[in-house]
Amino acid sequence: MKKLISLAVTGAVAGLVLAGVSGMARAAEEQKVAKNISFSFEGPFGTFDRQQLQRGYKVYNKVCSNCHSMNLVSFRNLAEAGIFNEAEVKALAASFEGKYKADPDDTGEVKDRNGLPSDHFPAPFANEQAARASNGGAYPPDLSLLARARPGWTGIINQLFWGSGGPQYIYSVLTGYNETPEEGVTCGEGKAFNPYFAGGPCIGMPANGTLSDGGLEFDDGAPNKIEDQAKDVAAFLAWASEPHMEARKSMGFTVMIYLAVLSVLLYLVKKRIWADAH
Amino acid sequence: MSGQSNYVPTTAFGKWMHARLPIYALMKETALDFPTPKNLNYWWTFGGILAMMLVVQIVTGIVLVMHFTPHVDMAFNSKELITRDVNYGWLIQKLHETGASMFFIAVYIHMFRGLYYGSYKAPREVLWMIGVIIYLIMMATAFMGYVLPWGQMSFWGAKVITNLFSAIPFVGPSITTWLWGGYSVDNPTLNRFFSLHYLLPFVLAAVVGLHIWALHVPGNNNPTGVEVKSGQDTLPFHPYYTMKDSFAIAIFLMFFAFWVFYRPDYLGHAINYQQANPLVTPAHIVPEWYYLPFYAMLRAIPSKLGGVLVMFGSILTLFFLPWLDTSRVRSGTYRPLFKGLFWILVIVCILLGYLGSKPAEGNAVWYARILTLYYFVHFYVFLPILGLLESPKPLPSSISDDVLAKSKKHALAPAE
Repeated sequence: MKKLISLAVTGAVAGLVLAGVSGMARAAEEQKVAKNISFSFEGPFGTFDRQQLQRGYKVYNKVCSNCHSMNLVSFRNLAEAGIFNEAEVKALAASFEGKYKADPDDTGEVKDRNGLPSDHFPAPFANEQAARASNGGAYPPDLSLLARARPGWTGIINQLFWGSGGPQYIYSVLTGYNETPEEGVTCGEGKAFNPYFAGGPCIGMPANGTLSDGGLEFDDGAPNKIEDQAKDVAAFLAWASEPHMEARKSMGFTVMIYLAVLSVLLYLVKKRIWADAH
Repeated sequence: MSGQSNYVPTTAFGKWMHARLPIYALMKETALDFPTPKNLNYWWTFGGILAMMLVVQIVTGIVLVMHFTPHVDMAFNSKELITRDVNYGWLIQKLHETGASMFFIAVYIHMFRGLYYGSYKAPREVLWMIGVIIYLIMMATAFMGYVLPWGQMSFWGAKVITNLFSAIPFVGPSITTWLWGGYSVDNPTLNRFFSLHYLLPFVLAAVVGLHIWALHVPGNNNPTGVEVKSGQDTLPFHPYYTMKDSFAIAIFLMFFAFWVFYRPDYLGHAINYQQANPLVTPAHIVPEWYYLPFYAMLRAIPSKLGGVLVMFGSILTLFFLPWLDTSRVRSGTYRPLFKGLFWILVIVCILLGYLGSKPAEGNAVWYARILTLYYFVHFYVFLPILGLLESPKPLPSSISDDVLAKSKKHALAPAE
């Protein structure tokens, strides 16, 4: 009898869950799930592909940085990560001529100076208002953390297995301009339809983030269709959002091995000590 | 603290010290000799795990404070620069952030263990109530800590939670303004939360001291719920439980390390990688996972004040628990009906958490209402009645009898 009661209650609760889950699945109206392309830096041992990061930097520098800032990343970070060597980074920073303010000189005058490796990437606009004024009212977000700030998909299980899908989100938005809008969706002037966009489905960024097939030539001769450029820049943004990812994974492996061995040893000691306890 | 120590100072310094401050005797009796029931299972290791987590949070937190700038214009970037430019900053910051979740996982297991084995019953009521106070301080500390990085969810979470106080009749709005230090969540709010977030963990450490004191007077409960009757039933805490706890801590650290090293962003919100913007409200404002069941309760009630009362009531209820449960039997192992209801309560809390993470629309609100009602019915109806209706299974005569019976069964099993 008691068993029956508890069975009945458990059944009722389980039914409630199922009904709830199915009810809420219908209520979901989110951005389109990002295309799950794979990257070299995925998985417990994944590392960044330096060539790809070089290409990604080129895409960012030539295209994205016209509208987007990347305030948290410095030129020196490119050398620290081995994307360019120190001399290249120095030359690269210096190529941003007169983009930075020098300290006041003896007369108090503030002069413009060239970039240094310690400088953060220069922002294209002085402030948010200027950025909006140049972009039809839309504010191009800072790219430093975009790969972690925008999940490509949701779901407790999905994210556990595949991560949050930030790089995939970036790739999908950049390549997601060709889809036909659903019934009744029209985008205003200066806006494009993009179902992958988190604030969508209409996006202020022009088609393909102004990337074009063959629009950039890569030094290593890698393919340069829109998809290739989008993937390279997504990888670069993933690096920018977490420059220490490789250190994290390699330390994680050491820590896991250490703890596993320690656990076995502790268990054996515990077993031995407890042997005379009963 | 109850003086079972047989500490005899041997060295000259030891004797000199013992006559002035018998601190070695105290440490020996509380940390080493303390008689502990011999049948504690691994659910009992979470006390030690929690003590370790408190230390992890305080140590990583102190290091973070050395690099953090609590100002609305700089907090977000200073947290980010810690992870980018400070040596091992990425590790220290993630240990602290993920550590909060681990702390709550451990505390929930610890609390449900107490619920199942009746650890709140006489003579451990005060021990239990101090535990509830610890839980409340933890919640306040974690909440204020989450605001500090000044991401979108930090800001809007702070806004929603502090706004709850405005539901208090008459004085609510004034209290909210006082909490904020202004007319909205702004720099003064961030500064005071930073100050309190640094203070509360030390208050927590002191209250944990009381918790351990209150534990050492009646001694540990145990899986049978039968009181210790003789020295046969106990083992000295060291080396038996120091070793068992160490092993459990190492396993728990592996679980902790998995999140820190392989899924560092899973337990947080992606949107918190975006700096707080008071002008842009996120589509779904959701608290950290460990508050979700309470958030579901809050939103289940149509009136704001009602929701706040129900939410706080669900925790305050735990203070009355020792007197709500009328059964004379402590351990759920010997209470067939209670056992079923216990697991239903666990499921109800998890479901409430799930509903708390979803938008409060349509059917979800109704499910949350039913489950909230069930939560209170469990404590205020089922528990008092159950003690009168239920016929518990026979209890073992002592802890050592139970251990012996179990090891005999164990030894006989392969022979069959």
